[in-house]
Amino acid sequence: MLYEAIRLALQAILRNAFRSFLTVLGIVIGVAAVIAMVTVGQGSTDQVEADVSTLGTNLLMIRPGQPSQGPGSGVGGSAASLTMKDVDAIEQQIASVAVAAPSNSRSMTAIFGNVNYTTTVTGTDNRYLTARDWDLASGRSFYESEQRTGSSACILGDTVRQKLFGNGDPLGASIRLKQIACRVIGTLEVKGASSFGTDQDDIILIPIKAFQRRISGNQDVSMIYASIRTGISTEKGKADIESLMRERRRIGPFEEDDFNVFDMKQITSMLTGITSVLTGLLSAVAAVSLLVGGIGIMNIMLVSVTERTREIGIRLAVGATESQVLLQFLVEAIVLSLIGGLIGIVLGLALGLLGSRLLSIPFAPDATIVLAAFLFSALVGILFGYFPARRAARMDPIEALRHQ
Amino acid sequence: MNAAPASASGPLIRLEGITKIYGSGDAEVRALRGIDMDVNAGEFVAIMGPSGSGKSTAMNILGFLDKPTAGHYFFGGAAVDHLSRDQLALLRRNFLGFVFQGYNLLARTSALDNVELPLIYQGMAGTKRRQLAREALAKVGLEGREDHHPSQLSGGQQQRVAIARAIVTNPDVILADEPTGNLDTARSHEIMDLLTDLNRKDGITILMVTHEPDMAEYADRMVHFLDGLIESDSKNNKVASDAV
Repeated sequence: MLYEAIRLALQAILRNAFRSFLTVLGIVIGVAAVIAMVTVGQGSTDQVEADVSTLGTNLLMIRPGQPSQGPGSGVGGSAASLTMKDVDAIEQQIASVAVAAPSNSRSMTAIFGNVNYTTTVTGTDNRYLTARDWDLASGRSFYESEQRTGSSACILGDTVRQKLFGNGDPLGASIRLKQIACRVIGTLEVKGASSFGTDQDDIILIPIKAFQRRISGNQDVSMIYASIRTGISTEKGKADIESLMRERRRIGPFEEDDFNVFDMKQITSMLTGITSVLTGLLSAVAAVSLLVGGIGIMNIMLVSVTERTREIGIRLAVGATESQVLLQFLVEAIVLSLIGGLIGIVLGLALGLLGSRLLSIPFAPDATIVLAAFLFSALVGILFGYFPARRAARMDPIEALRHQ
Repeated sequence: MNAAPASASGPLIRLEGITKIYGSGDAEVRALRGIDMDVNAGEFVAIMGPSGSGKSTAMNILGFLDKPTAGHYFFGGAAVDHLSRDQLALLRRNFLGFVFQGYNLLARTSALDNVELPLIYQGMAGTKRRQLAREALAKVGLEGREDHHPSQLSGGQQQRVAIARAIVTNPDVILADEPTGNLDTARSHEIMDLLTDLNRKDGITILMVTHEPDMAEYADRMVHFLDGLIESDSKNNKVASDAV
């Protein structure tokens, strides 16, 4: 009987193919919207996670200033700055830290020949490459002597290399950073854009001694990167660094920190949190669309029941029971909305794929959401098909047969 | 309920004081005002009368499509006047076949599918269903037209499909409501010959509403309705003498 009902439903739907298509359009749009949103949302979450892993999932960043400031915010006003001694202390005194690297950055214009390019100049040392797990594409890292004396040697990020040298070989060339002449000793491997919108390859590394003496003019370190040993949680590393820094900076037990340790994992969870809120909101909008789609189905099913009054009369006359007629029209509504759901799933995945390509994020279809969309469209069919089906089932056969 | 009522002793159909009132108050219409009638298994009864005489109302009640306001209806000896909608549907499905003036076939549906329809509701399997439907179509002379849609068939052929649909369940009674009303004389006589055959050879009881005396002549009993009452109920001597 169910098989017969499905066969009849498909017949009736195909008989009015165009009208059926218009009827299910609401469901199609609703389901496609949900699938596309969730796919793109999941893709961007994956992207954020992948970005963070290029930064290093085991990476902590220490900055002076009050807590609860993001990594992009300025250095806290009155807080004492960090020093090279802090870097060494963190690296040497904390067992959970594999390596700590100083970092001091400033936006500057780099000049080579007649090309000007504004980029970020970061004063650091070779430990930066280790902490960030960043290899050289060509050339070499700093010599110990270069680091110690603060000579003007620089390593170019891939974006800077392209802007200044194009396809030319930068090794051994001399570029100018303001008044400082700087010899290119190496280039970095491509790291790609981070989810914070910054191009990580838009960077020039120079020895921190050189940065302090010739650019910043003081002995400060604005940020310390600390990579945590594998197998140790970043939470543990963060706690260790915090207690060491509180001690070094003589912060009393009831005083707040005047420095900040960022865990990349926290940033990831914050970003994925934002993504999931957005996905949730958009899904709610899509759910409203599904509701409207369901009402569309109910409307057309009511029209269909009226149009087919005579047919219903015939079916009742030859002995169909109420439940058999009810089942027939209910199945028709369910099949209709399932077709809409399937079209919506295909369309949504296609849109998700397109969106992922456009945003250059991974295509991440979610099987659970696809299944949920399918079941939800069936539910819409049941909810909105029941009333028209009941109307069909309760018809008076005599009246129905008389209907023209 | 599925026991063959024809096997019960006594008349197949017995109406006792059947009354049908539509509306209420000033708008009250007394369509039937106390009908008593017995129909024995194997009879071919023509029901006649002017419009408004109550014959259609009587047919609806006889066909389990409507319930009487008062009175008793015994089918195969069992009272059926207070059954539920679904119980009446089961009676229609198992014991009755309908033939209408306007054929009432499903449009855009093949003859075979139309004939299969009652069997679907009986829950019969597809292959068995198609076999019985083909046999029924063959019986009404429509072999080779199984795949034709109603729009591809003449009026007479459509009525044959409707008769095939009525007999495919092997019913006890066929209720025919003006079965020749839409047909020309030649086609009408063909349909009447077919119904007569079903009555004589298969022993199917036929109740037929008609206003054409020519067609009523095929029946072996004529019941005349007037103003909600049976005006006359007589044997058709002509047919009886033919049969002798």
